[in-house]
Amino acid sequence: MNARMAKWFGALAVLSFAAAPVFAQGSLSVICRCVEGGVNAEMVQWLKDDVFPAFEAHKAEQGETVTLELVEFGGSDEALQQQYALDLSVGTGPDVLAFDGFWTPDFVEAGYIQPLDQVAGDVVWAWDGWDHISEGLRELIGFQGEVYGLGTGTDVRMIFYRKDLLEEAGLEVPWQPESWEELLADARQVRDALDIAPLQLNAGTAMGEATTMQGWFMALLGTGVHMYDFDEGVWIGEHPGILQALELYDTVYNEEGLGDERMQLVSQGRDQSFGSFRDGETAMLVEGDWFWRSVMAPGSEWEPAAGRDEVVGWAKMPAVEPGAGYAGHDFVSISGGTGFALNPNTADGELAWELLSFMFSYDMQMAYQEIQPRIRIRDDVPVTGDPEMSRMAEELLAVSTVRPQLPAYARISEAAQRMTERVVSGEMSPQEAMEAYADTLESIVGADNVVRAD
Amino acid sequence: MPSTHQDSTILTRRTGLTLLAPTFAFIGLFLLFPFVWVVAISFTDRTLLGAAAADPQFIGLDNFRQLFDFDSWMRSGEFGRSLVLTVYFVIASLIGQVFLGLGIALAFHRRKGFLRETIFTLVTLAWILPEAAIAFTWTSFLDPNGTLNTALGAVGLTRPDWLLDAPMASIVMFNVWRGTAFSMLLFSAALGNVRPSYLETADVLGANAWQRFRDVLLPMIKAQLATALILVTLWTFNVFTPFLLTQGGPAFQTDIMAIHTYRIAFRYFEFGQGSAIAVIVMLINFVLAGVYLFALKRGEGAR
Repeated sequence: MNARMAKWFGALAVLSFAAAPVFAQGSLSVICRCVEGGVNAEMVQWLKDDVFPAFEAHKAEQGETVTLELVEFGGSDEALQQQYALDLSVGTGPDVLAFDGFWTPDFVEAGYIQPLDQVAGDVVWAWDGWDHISEGLRELIGFQGEVYGLGTGTDVRMIFYRKDLLEEAGLEVPWQPESWEELLADARQVRDALDIAPLQLNAGTAMGEATTMQGWFMALLGTGVHMYDFDEGVWIGEHPGILQALELYDTVYNEEGLGDERMQLVSQGRDQSFGSFRDGETAMLVEGDWFWRSVMAPGSEWEPAAGRDEVVGWAKMPAVEPGAGYAGHDFVSISGGTGFALNPNTADGELAWELLSFMFSYDMQMAYQEIQPRIRIRDDVPVTGDPEMSRMAEELLAVSTVRPQLPAYARISEAAQRMTERVVSGEMSPQEAMEAYADTLESIVGADNVVRAD
Repeated sequence: MPSTHQDSTILTRRTGLTLLAPTFAFIGLFLLFPFVWVVAISFTDRTLLGAAAADPQFIGLDNFRQLFDFDSWMRSGEFGRSLVLTVYFVIASLIGQVFLGLGIALAFHRRKGFLRETIFTLVTLAWILPEAAIAFTWTSFLDPNGTLNTALGAVGLTRPDWLLDAPMASIVMFNVWRGTAFSMLLFSAALGNVRPSYLETADVLGANAWQRFRDVLLPMIKAQLATALILVTLWTFNVFTPFLLTQGGPAFQTDIMAIHTYRIAFRYFEFGQGSAIAVIVMLINFVLAGVYLFALKRGEGAR
């Protein structure tokens, strides 16, 4: 038995306990990839200190006793998805599931999750919160017009940089490269001045979706092309933009030693990249705002010793050249969304919805903002207390795009990760890697749905 | 076929079968049924996620055709590459384990004392410790700034980044460390059965150490050697523990068969494809087990 399995059995034991028959007036369990004092610690704090006591008190006023339990899942996102798939396929699992939006199509098509109004009934649409959630953001955990959960918020991606290191290397701060050429030139300057591999652009399968979002998309979108052609409804298998993006990886990791390929290839590489940034061995790290608001949050494990607000700045990711980015933008970003879905196997769908909507009430969302300011789903909940976070939202949401919300996406995303890995590890040239990628795409969605060079 | 014997047995045939029934039921439920089930799934496009989870289709031999698609099967992370890596892994582990096991057994042949007990205990410990625990130990052992490199650095050698630069060598080293005990104990026991008089005769005849080994010891442990070779091959072929060190990476360089199967079936949730791989692996295992049984039979016949 390996460590991962041991962890599942532990989790299963906890889950079966949590899903035990409901004897009291009501009991609900919530699961998230969150651990007290560890990953997403803010979510634990919010749920345990704010939401749970308030909801229990709220129900007590109505004369009902509700017991709430939080299942803290310490594994990776991929392991959590695996856990859900296994739980839901046999009709069990916690009642409220922290959920990544891009999982939705696969789970829906497998018949594992159901729209909110089917789990809880029409009472769902009576909720006053809908007035403050735009149509677009309702789709965060949605598929084909149905809503399966509520998004905690959306996010944006950018280059985080160490002000102290850039200044030491003679660059001007605040720093903002306007093109790939400038980005590479500045990275070279830092490399030569400080003798470090300054730039990290995620690659490889070990980092999972973090590679696709923080690495591949950020490079690809800069060339003006997306993974999917939304007008024609086809996947882009071969394109000069793909080649150009792969060449960027080749330049950074193989030709010029601007990045440290180790972190892209070994397991736990992403944590190493966090550590490397904290310790001043990485000067520029392409990451999402999660890195700012959670990973490096003041007082956390990965905060640089001199303080996040003092030494960390952020720059928009430039397109190859101004105007060359996706949709003609000068800068690029991609947005995803995580949130919470309802488990259709819950014993009391109405109560589960009551908790979910309570979590997304104005008061609870404002309480969450106090713990972790970010872009929230409700338009009446502003980003408070973190001017940098507000600025990210303001400047990057306008140029950001989203992943194709399609069932094949997860597998194609993995194929893209593998493509970057083949280039970074030196196994294949960019051209060969792209051809192998297009082959994989054809085997996933069929040749008719893939665009190739000719 | 009635015989005089049967009348004198304690149990009637019927009672005997009744008592055996639970065993057969368990074997059927936990061995035969999953076996048939895996074979059946390997002909479908069944997945855990997506539309094929709700409504799997029969797709004939497509899964197998995809495994043996010779245009792409040698690419990193593909089936053919995994087979090749597994062969490397098995051969290197086999040589390491059997030689080391035999070496230790020979070195302490007909000796007793503190050193022998210490070494045997340590080697055996490596075999019986829980895998999750040793995985942590080995991860820090192989870290660029870990125990191994500190030791290498102390004697002025280079300090490679083991899991990145030499992942296959790392997991072979790990597997040899882990599995040598079996060969060592097997050979040690076999050598213990060699009559002292044989060796004394050899000494009287003036045989040197190599001659003693080749002409006296080796013939006596031939059967055990065959057993060790085949069993270690079979185990190593199916071993999953290196996953805890490398997760099959970096860049699929340690994507040995068990890890490959796990990844396809339980990370990508491609149950159909994963089952097809499992079927091929089962066939390979049958062949290996067949060779083992054949060798065992022959060994018995020769005795």
